[in-house]
Amino acid sequence: MRFRLPRKGLPQIAAFVVVLLINFAVSPQFFDIRLQDGRLFGSFIDVFNRGAPVALLSLGMVLVVATRGIDLSVGAVMAIAGAIAATLADTHALPVVLLAALGAGLLCGLWNGILVAVLGIQPIIATLILMVAGRGIAQLITEGRIVTFTSPELARFGGGAILGLPVPVVLTASVLAVAVIAIRGTALGLLIEATGANARASALAGIETRTTTIAVYVWSGFCAALAGIVAAADILGADANNAGLWLELDAILAVVIAGSSLLGGRFSLALAVLGALTIQAMNTGILLAGFRPEFNLVVKAVVVLLVLLAQSPRLSGVAVLLARRPA
Amino acid sequence: MSPSPSPTAATAATPLLAVRGLSKSFAGFPALDGVDVTLRHGEIHALLGENGAGKSTFIKAITGVVTRDAGTVTLDGAPVAPRSADEALKAGIATVYQEVNLLPNLTVAQNLFLGRQPTRFGLVREVEMRRRSIALLRDFDLDIDVGAPLGDYSVAVQHLVAIARAVDMSARILILDEPTASLDAHEVEILFRVMRNLAGKGLGILFVTHFLDQVYAITDRITVLRNGRLVGERETAALPRMELIRMMLGRELSEAASEHPAKAATEAAPDAGGAIRFEGFGKAGYVAPFDLALASGQVVGLAGLLGSGRTETARLLFGVESADHGRLTIDGEAVRLASPRDAIRHGFGYCPEERKTEGIVAELTVRENIVLALQARRGALHPLSRREQDAIAQRFITMLDIRPPDPERPIGLLSGGNQQKALLARWLATEPRLLILDEPTRGIDVGAHAEIIRLIRQLCTEGLALVVISSELEEIVSYADRVIVMRDRRQTAVLEGEAVNVTAILQAIAADTPPLAA
Ligand SMILES: Nc1ncnc2c1ncn2[C@@H]1O[C@H](COP(=O)(O)OP(=O)(O)OP(=O)(O)O)[C@@H](O)[C@H]1O
Ligand SMILES: [Mg+2]
Repeated sequence: MRFRLPRKGLPQIAAFVVVLLINFAVSPQFFDIRLQDGRLFGSFIDVFNRGAPVALLSLGMVLVVATRGIDLSVGAVMAIAGAIAATLADTHALPVVLLAALGAGLLCGLWNGILVAVLGIQPIIATLILMVAGRGIAQLITEGRIVTFTSPELARFGGGAILGLPVPVVLTASVLAVAVIAIRGTALGLLIEATGANARASALAGIETRTTTIAVYVWSGFCAALAGIVAAADILGADANNAGLWLELDAILAVVIAGSSLLGGRFSLALAVLGALTIQAMNTGILLAGFRPEFNLVVKAVVVLLVLLAQSPRLSGVAVLLARRPA
Repeated sequence: MSPSPSPTAATAATPLLAVRGLSKSFAGFPALDGVDVTLRHGEIHALLGENGAGKSTFIKAITGVVTRDAGTVTLDGAPVAPRSADEALKAGIATVYQEVNLLPNLTVAQNLFLGRQPTRFGLVREVEMRRRSIALLRDFDLDIDVGAPLGDYSVAVQHLVAIARAVDMSARILILDEPTASLDAHEVEILFRVMRNLAGKGLGILFVTHFLDQVYAITDRITVLRNGRLVGERETAALPRMELIRMMLGRELSEAASEHPAKAATEAAPDAGGAIRFEGFGKAGYVAPFDLALASGQVVGLAGLLGSGRTETARLLFGVESADHGRLTIDGEAVRLASPRDAIRHGFGYCPEERKTEGIVAELTVRENIVLALQARRGALHPLSRREQDAIAQRFITMLDIRPPDPERPIGLLSGGNQQKALLARWLATEPRLLILDEPTRGIDVGAHAEIIRLIRQLCTEGLALVVISSELEEIVSYADRVIVMRDRRQTAVLEGEAVNVTAILQAIAADTPPLAA
């Protein structure tokens, strides 16, 4: 029986392809790819490479939004994780650096989760606390300076390559794959969706809604820390003021483009990543076209509007009517 | 339609409301197909049909909540086409929809006067609003604090508030979609009094219900729908019950199933020990301590008036509220009951009264809703495979005749009665040893009603223990071995054996006996 019109994912894929084609029209070299020092380069590859941090954030955000929450702190958590990684990079072994940075992300997530699920604070307020305080914490870690490092091991997370693919791309793809297996391969996905769509009914059906909610914030903190490590590794340093600044908004946007409702419920991990890539492709296209970056915001807004219109059930109702008219 | 004398012959020529050829499809599926309904001045008109027949859709289509594909609606001869419930109101049509849409965070008074608050200099006149609210609710014998949030009150009270609001706003037509599903006999009587009063003033009332007794008690005419089509319009007095059922179902309902048959004598005499024992169970300010022992196969009914503490008791039994008194032993072992999860772990199931907010997860599919409790009990790491899920969903869709039989449809798109069946399936799928049902047949049609009672009884012979709350005493009597009567949140009487009959229960409810349990 056909009930979901339009088919799931179609508008998102179409939007991504359209943006890519526009980029190609603007810059005929867009799809050119070259291999240099064992790593692929080119604008098209760049979309994936530059898009990795937001893609990672949106993998966390999509689950938070599915539980009817929101995580405004992810940009700040990126800054904290980046600051920790950059500060420790030249003095500690890589595993220690990673554990410390990721551990900080998990802790941040746990804090958010407890505020939301245990204390019952509205997610937008609860995570606003860390959004504001987090940057301060990051500055304390970097002592207000821009910390740079030289560790080639950590630098690989930004500029390295595996089988020609940039490490951030491989990392994002792996996290996506692991998340899909862990969430859709188990019943987690269903339990998260149920919790978000109707928490009271879910609790009465025996779902541990509180634990589920805490877990998604912890996961979001973890993803944000990963994104922070990638961003720091990319610039070989940490700037507590600017790392991940406003990226929480891009992540939310990516999740919305992916078709999630901010009222919780259904979600798609893959489409969230696709949403992040679409945003990055727009950024790249605007740069290639030589527009001033200010345009970026306007264009982004227009594209988001179009994707949302394409998903609107009302509009698809109108489309069905129009399609039926000749009959 | 055969012309027949109407209550006020003078107005028979132009009906109050004439709906002609109303059609509505959802994504290619016709939910209504060329339906005609005529509502006369001063008439109470029943709109009947099985679950999913299209009654609610009909109401939504004429009040503009859903757009109609074809058809005309005329009000006193003038065509009307409201595009929203609000516009319908302006045209004089007030409606209480099946799923009541009030705002639980606002006060009772605010809900009653939402969008039409009395104002002075642009400011809401709180005192005036409260005064009028109290007066309005007095018509319904409802004496509650109108300054408290609506969500603090039971479903029945919320429903009455919605009805009072609609009654107050109805200028020409009042439409009630299963208004009595959560009401007790007493409230139903009050509602009927109000309805008769309005009809006496010339209003037309369209009334949807699955209680045939109520149809015969109050309506003048009946329109029956089946599968979205009009079956016919009849005068209530001239339509025998069996004939009405045949019109609704399109087949005979077996004699046995249509009545509430006396329950078969319980062969396995309940063993004196009682496998599940609640002792001195209670919570201060919520439900007074009570004892309840349930042997396997036993059915206990909870009876009482609105607000007597039946739902509260159910929530205590299921761990939704934690008891601060007493203890629970299962098979002789003391058991902690701190959450629904604890209860489920011990094989309890609970079908709450509030279908929309506590029951269904609207955007998930019927399949997902059915497997939800079972999956939650197994834990996230032990997922039911898709094949198992399909098999479970299919089994219950067939067993309970859920329509349409499409496991992949979001449950929110099903008709009310079919949602209720899916919720029952959710708990049956967990194969519980104790099932707590709060108004289990709420909104379920005559055909399915008998089926479900039969099914539940069969499960009891297979060892299921059952606690059932129902405002239909016949339903309680038809399966309960024991009936606990409650008042003011405490047990006031326990009826057993021969004493389990409607008259005795009614007497016990009315009696001014001192509380039993202390
Ligand atoms: N928004 C919707 N989308 C798709 N199908 C729908 C929608 N609303 C209702 N339906 C379908 O239309 C049919 C009629 O539903 P409706 O709610 O009108 O039934 P009803 O007669 O009120 O039943 P009940 O007695 O159970 O309340 C059902 O098959 C239902 O699944
Ligand atoms: Mg209905």
